[in-house]
Amino acid sequence: MRFLERDGCPGCRWWPAAIVLLAVAVLPRTTRAVDPAVLAAEAKRIAVASRLASSVVAIFSRGGQGGGSGVLISSDGYALTNFHVTRGAGTFMKCGLNDGRLYDAVIVGIDPTGDVALVKLLGRDDFPHAQLGDSDKLKVGDWTFAMGNPFLLATDFQPTVTYGIVSGLHRYQYPAGTILEYTDCIQVDTSINPGNSGGPLFSAGGHLVGINGRGSFEKRGRVNSGAGYAISINQIKLFMDHLRSGRVVDHATLGATVVTREDGAVVVDGILDESEAFRRGLREGDEIISFAGRPLRSVNQFKNILGIYPKGWKLPLVFRRDQVRTEVVLRLRALHRASELTGQPRASRTRPGKPRPGQPPGRPKRRPRRGRRPPPAKPPEKYKHLFVKKTGFANFYFNLQEQKRVMSGVTRLGDFGSAVGAWVLAGKTAAGDAFQLTLADAGVGLSWKQKAYFQELKSAEPLDEPKGSGGFLYAMQMWKTFLANRAKGFGEFYYLGSEPLDGSGDRVDVMISELGNVRCRWYLDRKQGRLLGFDSQREEDTDECEVRLTGDVESGGRHWPKAIVVRSGGQPVATFGVATVTIRKGATE
Amino acid sequence: MMAIRVLSMVFTLLVTVVVWPSTAVGQSVHSTIQRVQQRTVKVFGAGGIKRLHSYSTGFVVSSAGHVATVWSHVLDTEELTVVLSDGRKIRAKVLGAEPQLDLAVLELKAEDLELPAWDLEADSSDAGPGTRVLGFSNMFRVATGDEMVSVLHGVVAAKAPLATRSGAFETSYEGTAYIVDAVTNNPGAGGGVLTTRGGRLLGMIGKELRNAASNTWVNYAVPISELKQPIQQIIAGKYRARQRGADEKDAVARFRPLEFGIVLVPDVLFRTPAFIDRVQPGSAAATAGLQPDDLVLFVNGDLVQSCRVLKQRLGRLDAGGKLKLTVRRGDKLVPVELPVPDKPLTPASGQPKTKPPGGSK
Repeated sequence: MRFLERDGCPGCRWWPAAIVLLAVAVLPRTTRAVDPAVLAAEAKRIAVASRLASSVVAIFSRGGQGGGSGVLISSDGYALTNFHVTRGAGTFMKCGLNDGRLYDAVIVGIDPTGDVALVKLLGRDDFPHAQLGDSDKLKVGDWTFAMGNPFLLATDFQPTVTYGIVSGLHRYQYPAGTILEYTDCIQVDTSINPGNSGGPLFSAGGHLVGINGRGSFEKRGRVNSGAGYAISINQIKLFMDHLRSGRVVDHATLGATVVTREDGAVVVDGILDESEAFRRGLREGDEIISFAGRPLRSVNQFKNILGIYPKGWKLPLVFRRDQVRTEVVLRLRALHRASELTGQPRASRTRPGKPRPGQPPGRPKRRPRRGRRPPPAKPPEKYKHLFVKKTGFANFYFNLQEQKRVMSGVTRLGDFGSAVGAWVLAGKTAAGDAFQLTLADAGVGLSWKQKAYFQELKSAEPLDEPKGSGGFLYAMQMWKTFLANRAKGFGEFYYLGSEPLDGSGDRVDVMISELGNVRCRWYLDRKQGRLLGFDSQREEDTDECEVRLTGDVESGGRHWPKAIVVRSGGQPVATFGVATVTIRKGATE
Repeated sequence: MMAIRVLSMVFTLLVTVVVWPSTAVGQSVHSTIQRVQQRTVKVFGAGGIKRLHSYSTGFVVSSAGHVATVWSHVLDTEELTVVLSDGRKIRAKVLGAEPQLDLAVLELKAEDLELPAWDLEADSSDAGPGTRVLGFSNMFRVATGDEMVSVLHGVVAAKAPLATRSGAFETSYEGTAYIVDAVTNNPGAGGGVLTTRGGRLLGMIGKELRNAASNTWVNYAVPISELKQPIQQIIAGKYRARQRGADEKDAVARFRPLEFGIVLVPDVLFRTPAFIDRVQPGSAAATAGLQPDDLVLFVNGDLVQSCRVLKQRLGRLDAGGKLKLTVRRGDKLVPVELPVPDKPLTPASGQPKTKPPGGSK
């Protein structure tokens, strides 16, 4: 009480303590970051960035005179980068990781149009690698990390990290003086500079959502000006197996061009007579309602959709004429002639003159000033065998590996090579008509519905027999060759990659065979390696004979299909139910 | 007890301040972006030659179809098109402009539009340095049709007069501007908007601005507080629409070069060097020894880099004082001094300006 009296104010003696407490409470919080949420976000950023850093690759070209970035996507060393980074780098290159070590790497596959390359780092089977994300889940405003080697700053291969937001999605960037085109890409204000090319764009959660490759520069010189572009990882996923095939992969065209009408409708303003779109009835003036399941509202959108698919994929297209809606599934045509893609790349100097908008930041030419300068990338002796040269391929070695994997499933079907003679398949069609199909060395015969069809093999051209089937008889001869002789039976035989069966089914592995003008696409189940069917095309720009094989009957130690479903030009031909299979040794008819 | 109450209050305050905004912002930034993008349009007009872009950005300021944008060469055409965020293309005309604010207001030639629009009273705000901001624009013409304009993030670095060191660069807007650390002022970005992360309208992104001496670029936005009134007056038809170049006619013009006996070379370029073409015999200029082909570099110690700037400087002279010029003659710098005549102020040619342009000179 006295205290209180002396101080004259109840509680006043607490004030000094309160002030000290206040100071303690306020000061440290203001001198450090006040907001725990900010601290937490910062801690998370740091953790994500340091976790991701180990997957980021610094790529150096031959002699170390240029370079770019990349990102590891598998423990066995597959890494993504830009085509324009590897273009000048040769077949073998040196790649630095943030463990400070320099690894040998070999080119696997390239996509010159999409500006993507797949390389393989060598020497380990436990590489740290990034997890692929879903770039379609990105929203404008989302935070992103870009990592890589801008200006080739990192002589110790510690990647540079920049942080920014998604500025736009589904952007289309016109080809910049080359065939290189960015479609459906991700626009970021995350700083992208020369040397960032090929490096990863990560989501805030640390998933790989894109490969950085371009920026809008115009008059400010070749440094970030607030608009960088990344190829979406979802586009790359569609091409991934194509890239693993070691090929030079191509993008696609519909064989038709479109314009936006005043009212916003997208209409066909030109179409190639020989395109499948034309054969399925698409004409000038038709309004395209949707493509690949996405509604169309602008020409850019059309290019965006088209741009993310490899050539040869089948996509659904819905168009309208005079209020009539038509739905078709079309196989996409090649965007380029093979020579356009495989033509010897020019020496990759930085383009002289003024920079264009949206051009690749390219490879800065400055050598790292100090530290380890990578030695000239002569094919290292111990990895020499990992490169096989072949026209149309970036590295045929990887195609041979994939062929081996895919064809092992065919081996399990049985030994068809020993089934010498005529193969006779007999049974009833789904419509109840009896049939007999004879695959002999001299020719293929089919008796069906009181009619006989014949395809001579020794001299005649492949025929469309039965009419409108796309050449079913010749197609079955190709099937026999595929089973009995495999690669040896064809002029060309290679692994293409994977695609959804018939445009909408599960992803299947695709093998390609070529014999004369006849080109077949073979579809194999990715898990068991079962042969699910094939499309045989007698010559370019004709309707294919689509053969699908279902069921499994064992006969003589070999697995035969139970039913052969045949379609052509979007119409069913017949379903042949196989009851018996006979091998007639020495028979010619 | 009271102390404890005070303390707990302080802590409560701290905790609320600390926790609340981050979660709120995290949820709202996507909706902010969407909301602003719906109110931002792409403007297509004149240009396309040399390095002049033919596109810019605008923001919708009335649901009936008024769009505020940056005053630039893009608007100098009969064929002005505005592309709304939903992809609709609509013809537009310039309803009015205030070149000194780099502002123009467009009217869309369509009826019953009912567009999502900014409410300049309710939606706008003011911000200081350190404020986190978003910039929205049609930069580089990346977006076409119904594609949404680009979004950049950044921080207000300063709110300061844009009128800068004399001669470093020329800008028609000289008032207070937001300077941001993001590369907002790209080709075609002019007329875009700067907002807070919560979606409050702060300003209109200005033109590209380069410092010729250092080859650096300034990213700025004109505060909405400067623009609000002119925009509203232009829409209401109460604003006197000016033609291009009107700013020069209306600017303070107390003295002209001729009054000193100086005839400048024809002002044909955006930045015509201030060469003297002729000197009138018997004039103050002749007395001071000025000669044809002299290049005027400094007026009273301020660098002038064009005929236009020289005329502006002379226009602002006070009667009865001294005019100090530094000219380059051959490879020499020659200082000269002329008396400024004593004369009554000519009445301003029009009414006083609605807003003095910054007044930082």
